[in-house]
Parts: sequence; C-alpha cells; structure tokens
Amino acid sequence: MLNNERTRGIVWQILLIAAVGSVGWYLFTNTLHNLSTRQIQVGFAFLGREAGFEIAENRIEFDPSMSYARAFAVGILNTLHVAAIGIVIATVLGTLVGISRLSSNWLLARLASAYVEVMRNIPLLLQLFVWYGLFTMLPGVRQSISAGEWLFLNQRGLRVAWPAPHEAWTAMLWAALAAVALMLLWRRYARKRQAATGQPLPVFWPSIALLAGLPALTWALLGAPTSIEYPKLAGFNFQGGINVTPEFMTLLIGLSTYTSAFIAEVVRAGILAVDRGQGEAAMSLGLSPGHRLRLVTLPQALRVIIPPMTSQYLNLTKNSSLAVAVGYPDLVSIANTTMNQTGQALEAIAILMGVYLTISLTISFFMNWYNQRVRLVER
Amino acid sequence: MAAIGWLRIHLFSSALNSILTILIVAVLAWVLPGIFSWLIWDAVWGPQQPAACEAARGEGACWSVVWAKIRFMMFGTYPFGEQWRSGATIFVLTGLIVVSAIRWFWNRWLIAIWMVGIALSFWLMGGGLGLTPVKAEQWGGLPVTLILAIFGIGFAFPLGILLALGRRSQLPVIQAFSVIYIEAIRGVPLITVLFMASVMFALFMPEGMRIEQLLRAQIAIVLFIAAYMAEAVRGGLQAVPRGQYEAAEALGLSYWRAMGLIILPQALKISIPPIVNIFISVFKDTSLVVIIGIYDFAYAVKKSVETDIAWRNYIVEAFLFSILIYWIYCFAMSKYSQWLEGQLARGERR
Repeated sequence: MLNNERTRGIVWQILLIAAVGSVGWYLFTNTLHNLSTRQIQVGFAFLGREAGFEIAENRIEFDPSMSYARAFAVGILNTLHVAAIGIVIATVLGTLVGISRLSSNWLLARLASAYVEVMRNIPLLLQLFVWYGLFTMLPGVRQSISAGEWLFLNQRGLRVAWPAPHEAWTAMLWAALAAVALMLLWRRYARKRQAATGQPLPVFWPSIALLAGLPALTWALLGAPTSIEYPKLAGFNFQGGINVTPEFMTLLIGLSTYTSAFIAEVVRAGILAVDRGQGEAAMSLGLSPGHRLRLVTLPQALRVIIPPMTSQYLNLTKNSSLAVAVGYPDLVSIANTTMNQTGQALEAIAILMGVYLTISLTISFFMNWYNQRVRLVER
Repeated sequence: MAAIGWLRIHLFSSALNSILTILIVAVLAWVLPGIFSWLIWDAVWGPQQPAACEAARGEGACWSVVWAKIRFMMFGTYPFGEQWRSGATIFVLTGLIVVSAIRWFWNRWLIAIWMVGIALSFWLMGGGLGLTPVKAEQWGGLPVTLILAIFGIGFAFPLGILLALGRRSQLPVIQAFSVIYIEAIRGVPLITVLFMASVMFALFMPEGMRIEQLLRAQIAIVLFIAAYMAEAVRGGLQAVPRGQYEAAEALGLSYWRAMGLIILPQALKISIPPIVNIFISVFKDTSLVVIIGIYDFAYAVKKSVETDIAWRNYIVEAFLFSILIYWIYCFAMSKYSQWLEGQLARGERR
C-alpha cells in the first residue's frame, strides 16, 4: 500500500491540507479572540463612515465629510495616475537609453551604461529621499525659479500655465480616441484588401491625418478656445494654471528614472536577440529600411521585449506604493491613515492586497493572451 | 596616430555621430564643472563644525555631516561602547557574501559556512556567552540591513526550492497551493507584506505573545522572497532536459533522491544568476523597513541627521553617502552576476 505512488501522493496531499488547515484555524481563532478582547468589529461597514481627514491631492472631488470608501477610491486613482504617467516616461526614457547603449558612438554608449549602472543599483527609496530633499532646497514662493509667465518652480511645487477650462478640451480627448479606433479599422481594411487584391493602400499618412485632424477639427468646431490661465502670485501662493506638487514630482521622477534603467536593459537585450541574418535577409528581399524595421526586426524584437517590459510596468506600479514615504496620498498611504484612525487593520490590508492583486493579475492575463498570439508557431 | 584613428571610428564615424559627440561634450562641459565643484572642490571635508558648512552653503556639499554622524549612521542605537560588535558583524556578513561568490565553496560546506556565519553574527549582535546582551530593539544601521538581506535569502532558499518543486508537482493540491502562494505574493508590493507583519501579526498570535518588530519584518521578507526564489528555481528545473528525469526514474530512485542527487544540482546551477539578481533587489528593498520604523541603514542615516537641528540642512549629503554604500554593494554584486553568467554559459558551449 505505502509503496504505491498514488496512495503516497494522496497521503502527502492530505497532510498538506491538514497542516495548512490547522495553522489557518489556529491563526483564525487567535484573531477572533484578539479582536473580541480589543472590541474591534470585523467587517467593511466602516467604509461607509465619514473619513474626517484631508487628502492633499485628488483626481475626483473629495472632502473630509465624505466616506472612507471614497477616500480609498481617491487613493486608487492617485496610484493609477502616477503609475500611468510614470510608465509612459519610463518607456520613452528607457528605450532611448537602451538604444544609446548600442550606439556606435563611444561617448553616448558609455554615458548610457553609466546611467543604467548608477540608477538600478541604488535603492528606490533613497532616490526618492534625495529627490525630495532637493525639492525642499528650492527657493520659496516669492523667489520662484521662473520661465517667463509660463512656469514657476518653488518649494510648493511646479506651477504651469494651462488652457482655461472649456468643453472643447474634453471633446478633443474623445476625438483622439475615436481617431485611434478609426485608424485601427482603416489599417485592418487596407490589410484585407491587400490580401485579397494585392493592391496596397496607404496607411501611415492617413493615420497621421486622422490623429491630428480629428481633434483639431473638434477644437475648431467647438469655438477654438485659446485663452490660457497664467499663474499669478496672490498672497502666499500662486493662483491659476495647474500645480504639480513636490510629492507627486518626486515620486514621478524617482519611479520613472529608476524603472527606465531596467527598461533600457530589456530593450537592449531585445534588439540584440534579433538575429543579424534576419535584417540581411530582409535587405536581400529588397525591403526598404522602414519596412525592414517594421515588418522584420521590430516584430521579432518585440516578442522578446514585451514580457519583461510588462513585468517592469508591474514593478513600477507596485513600487508606487513607496509614495507613503514621501507623503503622496496613494492607496497605501490612504490605507495607512485609515488603519490608524479606525483600527480596521485586517480590512484595510485586505483592500490593499486585493487592489494590487487585481491590477497584477489583469496585466498578467493580457500578457499571457499576447504571448499566445505572438508565440513562434513551429512544426 | 592610433588615437586619431580611434576617435574617427568611435566618435566621428558619420555626420550624425559627429554632431552627437559635439553635443554631448558641450552638455558635459556645461554641467560637470558645477557638479564636481559642489561635490568635491568647494565641498567641506573632514571633521568640521556646522558653521563651516553654513558658510559654504549653496556652493559646496557638506561632507562633515558624515564625520559627525558616522557612528549613528552605521550602527543606529546600538550601545556606544559595544559598537565594535556591530562593526565585526558587518565584516562577518560581508565575508559571507564574498565566500558564497567563490565557486570553490559551492558544495555542502557552504551550508555549514552559512550556519556558522549566521550564528556568529547573531551572537555578536545579541550577546550572551560572555558578551553583554543587547536587545534586538537596539540593533541598527548597516548590520541590520545586511542581516535582513542575508538571513532573508538564506531562509527563503529552502522554502523557494520546496515551492518550486510543489509548483511542478503532479499532485493537484500541492500544485494549487504553490501556485496560489507564489502568484499572490508576487502580485503585491513588499510594503503591504511588511504592513501585515507590523500590524496584523499581533492579531494572529495568541494573547500576550510579543515578537520583536525586527523578527516580524525578517519573517515577512523571508516569505516574500521565497515566492521570487521559487520562480528562479522553477526556471532552472524547466531547463533540465527530460531525459534526466527519465534516467533518474529508470534507476529506480525515489522522488526525493532523484531530485536531491540528479535534478536539483543541475537546476540550481542554472538558477544561480537569477538568484544573485534576487539578492541584489532584496538588498535594495530591505530599505523599505524604514516605513515600519526599523532602524536599518537607510533609517539610521535619515534619523541621525533629521533629529539634529545643527545638521538638519545637510540631509541630502547624508543620503548621498548612504547611496554610495548601497551602490558599492549592489554594483559589485551585479558585475559579479554578469561575469558569472558568462562563466556558467561557457560550460554549455561546444
């Protein structure tokens, strides 16, 4: 009996279930006991109560009389906001540095590799501390570093002139989205036609025209607003324009420069992974340099680049939790405040982990779907 | 002449490259003098009073802050008279890293060396057996950073191997458990796990049982790294050819003997470079314990300057100093990891 592989397998599994179950039960009963002695109510009812704390930055309306649930929503949006912008900057910067490392220009290549080696070997937290320290060393409001009337940099952050609110701006955003959709449809149609009849349709220039034209047209149709709000010194601070807080800037700069060093390595490895023969074969087929890059080199490089790139994006999103160290009100710092105020540690941490897990699993789901699509189909 | 040839090939090979080179040189010539004069030439060096730094403020860095605070930065709140023990721990643990990097030690003896190293540093820090006992609450500075990272990776290693084997197991319950654990941990940031250790641990334990904050953070770090370690080991396991598994089975070896004698030795060799990379990121990430208030190196540096009004304005210099220390450790290890990857790949090439 005991020598039978199946029986032993079942025994092992029962043992694991028993072990995990009893440890879980032990922790569970302890927790129940501790909660009852401390008179903490378990449950998410506290989310409906009034939060009673200020949040310095919010993408949706928030004031202390609103609920904890609303505060969490603000936190999640703040996290996503900094992560999204950070991802864009890190990708652009990282790609530039990665390509520079492969440059035939010795100086540029050396500079790029120095950047990578410095950035990725310093704890992100310390980089954030230094950036934040530098921001506090900036001059006060009245002595702001300025660029004309457009831009003012001081201890309170960065004030930039910004178009006055007008319905045309939101409409333009939708127009841009519509343009992207139309562009994709047009590309599909052109491909289909080429496959059916052999006649290529222009894709690149129509796409550019759509992307630029549609928003511009919307802008013109809705009254072509041109008024711009300039920052004006009023009392102790500037009014008008938009303000970027030092906390947000610290986090954004720190996250994107740190991650860009890793992205640079990913991009470099991806480019090196494409066999030289592929480019040469494309050349001998008579493809133009643009086609060679777009049809032969890039698709192969991207297959290598995209999986590690996504995990860098995930890392950036998870690292945005360091916001709590510089005082940017992201999800973690909202959860932290909530925990201190209500004592609902169990629930707050459950929400935290739930949100991060949802983000991570969603991204890895798309990742796997993409990997399936671009996988090398071999015999 | 050779120099000119080199310049032509590497800097001026085309019109675009020439423009780039000139542009970069111009930017460097514009930026570097300012940076270097702040960092070095106009900086205040040596054990000087805050007044000397005040005079140079804005012109040069104040490195005197490092002279003034070095003991606290390095050892935190460790009793002043006993700080040689903290210093010795830094040497023991750094030595442990160096020894582990040498291939000659990659055998059973390494486990023994690690046990001795861990026990020795524990004894040095904690006292007993002839040394004055020092409570873990008083530990601080660089030794704490090294302890969190090295103990972390040391204890996560066996756990990671078990999880990796579990994930590749044929037994559905064991596999499901491993997958859920690995993916759940990898999906959340380290901070949330540290929060859990710092806030929720007290709820989980029986009433009256208190566990040191440092130990709680250490457990959290071990559990966190184990998931990443498992993925590194799994990569190694997948790279071992199927024939090896079949050969082990054909010899009639039991599962554990097949793994221990045939599969793992090959798989672990492949996983070493990713494991070194995990260690580098753990070393950097231990700085997050700052957020739950543990006196690791980063926090000791921060506190040492923040709490002293005379030196408070020179916190950036203090951080730059700590950055240098972290960087030396991480850069050395990442160079080693790159070198090792090449060395190990050499054996595979024919």
